[in-house]
Amino acid sequence: MAKTSVSSPKNVERAEYFAPGHRACQGCAEVLAVRLVLKALGKDTIVAMATGCMEIISSPLPLTSWRIPWIHNAFENPAAVISGCEAGMKAMMRKGKMPAKKINFVGMGGDGATADIGFGSLSGALERGHDMIYVCYDNEAYMNTGIQRSSSTPYGASTTTSPAGKKSIGQRTQKKNMVEIAVAHGIPYVATACPSFPFDLLDKIKKASETPGPAYVHILSVCPTGWRIQPSDAIRYGRLAVNSCSFPLYEVVNGKYRVTYKPSDKKLIPVSEYLSGQGRFRHLTDKDIEQIQAATTRQYERLLKLSEEE
Amino acid sequence: MGKVRKGVEVSIAIADAVAQADVDVIAAYPITPQTHIVEHLSEIVADGELDAEYVPVDSEHSAMSVCCGSAAVGARTFTSTSSQGLALMSEIFFIAAAMRLPMVMALANRSLSSPLSIWNDHSDVMMVRDAGWICIFVENGQETYDNIFCAFRMSEDPEVMLPVAVNLDGFILTHMIEPVEYEDDDLIRRYLPEFKMKNALHPDHPVSMGCFGMPEIYTEAQMNREMGVRNSYPHIVKAWEEWGRLTGRHYRPVETYRTDDAEYCIVTMGSYGETAMEVVDALRAEGEKVGVVKIRLWRPFPLDEFRAAVLGKKHLIVVDRAITFGGQGGPVATELRSALYKRDGAPTIVNYVAGLAGRDVSRKDFRSIITEGRKKAEAGDTEGFTLYGLRG
Repeated sequence: MAKTSVSSPKNVERAEYFAPGHRACQGCAEVLAVRLVLKALGKDTIVAMATGCMEIISSPLPLTSWRIPWIHNAFENPAAVISGCEAGMKAMMRKGKMPAKKINFVGMGGDGATADIGFGSLSGALERGHDMIYVCYDNEAYMNTGIQRSSSTPYGASTTTSPAGKKSIGQRTQKKNMVEIAVAHGIPYVATACPSFPFDLLDKIKKASETPGPAYVHILSVCPTGWRIQPSDAIRYGRLAVNSCSFPLYEVVNGKYRVTYKPSDKKLIPVSEYLSGQGRFRHLTDKDIEQIQAATTRQYERLLKLSEEE
Repeated sequence: MGKVRKGVEVSIAIADAVAQADVDVIAAYPITPQTHIVEHLSEIVADGELDAEYVPVDSEHSAMSVCCGSAAVGARTFTSTSSQGLALMSEIFFIAAAMRLPMVMALANRSLSSPLSIWNDHSDVMMVRDAGWICIFVENGQETYDNIFCAFRMSEDPEVMLPVAVNLDGFILTHMIEPVEYEDDDLIRRYLPEFKMKNALHPDHPVSMGCFGMPEIYTEAQMNREMGVRNSYPHIVKAWEEWGRLTGRHYRPVETYRTDDAEYCIVTMGSYGETAMEVVDALRAEGEKVGVVKIRLWRPFPLDEFRAAVLGKKHLIVVDRAITFGGQGGPVATELRSALYKRDGAPTIVNYVAGLAGRDVSRKDFRSIITEGRKKAEAGDTEGFTLYGLRG
């Protein structure tokens, strides 16, 4: 693994900006990702969040888990809302209406809010060049409403609206590649991360924060409820996703690719090890898995090549 | 800018007013007939005459979303749209009011598709009638210019904290060149001091906005909203009174013209008020005891002022500019019938829907609406509505 600035839990920021007592499911890796993201960002942060699991579990009126300023407005618009916060404060600071200060403006949404319903709004905000970070917590389906498929659901996964059946493999389409779409906007910083690799995640969020202009961070957030695995296995499945190259960890800085974690020969595993224990892939045949393996290898090799070219 | 009277397109006057109001953020998406407003604002910002962020968004949905973010951090925020744009942003339009986010919209009223039409009527604003925005209607360029400032003052009043829509008829007003008296910047600054929002989003005092409401709290949250809109009424009146003191131009929630001894009245909202007044003058010269009642404030509905203006009259002829399909008449007439139900001295109401998608309603048309309407009222023909000028 590439060197991270923190290599021991002892050295991780101790302050908690996401309070305990929230209503997330047991083993929710998404809420862990939120907690880590906030630790990396620190207190001078404003978050605009999409409707979804994280919003529901953290803000039942009159309670809140958020120790930093937070706004939820609708499902498809966190990128637009945070771009409005940024524009407002930028103007007021420039005009001397409020003291100037570095603030992280952060939009957050799930994969549905990002890749589907909020896609246009996100693209607009990235294209306009606001000094903001957008974090997608990707649990690969609409988990909040009961595990319906999104365009970020991987091929072959059975969900409640892409069920596996006699005439269906489950999700028939390939996972939409939001990371490459973000890169195509020509923004200065794009990265993938996973809370099973917390130090890598913390560094990437810090980098996103230090980068002027828009940054996009795509975080694989294991959902035991939706993936039909044991809550105690959430962290392990994040590692399996990364070590099977199903979800590679990399970053793209001003268009330059760098894989931040390459599984060693010892760690590298076939996708079957990642897929086999998950209820959502239970129906897949060996042949299906072979096909998925081939696609995964192809994509990973492409990524390594892009990374080497730089 | 100093005090000056000039001939100007109303859209340009709006943009100039927004600049004089020292707005911080403008987020808008172009749509006819709103375009001249946002084009001119872009120019003003590009030329450095207004120090603001002009956010050229990807859709009206994002326009309203950006406005929500901007208002949430306490920035003075403006947007403008029409018709389909309002329909697209309507989800967030409701949320802006529910979250008590102050902002001002110039709503260039235009008909809703389908069939697609770029021309003027009130079907767009009626779609969001129940959103909880303060809704003002203006009749001419001067009223439009004035009410941009009044709208910011109302919106940002700590006792109000609601978004305000200034409704002006698309093309009929937006593209009209009229003499408008501009006020000087000092007066504007006195009337509209810098906006200091309490509980704005800021890291120094974290708050959570837009939390999720379980059934045990949703009802109370809605009541809170209802009280917010209802209680804004005296502050709206106060904002207009203060403007009147400073400029000599006075506005009321319900305005009347030659109604004191009128036996019956025509009721309008928006730019038709001016045509109606001319026709009433002509009819008065012929001995008709007729007057005009104009609804300037649509939401919160000025129930007491409206009743005071019309109780004791024999008939009201209400001219709507939208249909509530399958309902009992135009939205304005339906509202007014409800306001007068079983009140002593309530006039009968005859309802016309006219001028859909910009179809011209001339003085001649007003005259026939008034004459016919009176006959209908006297004959007791007061149910439903008549679609004026319907061909074939």
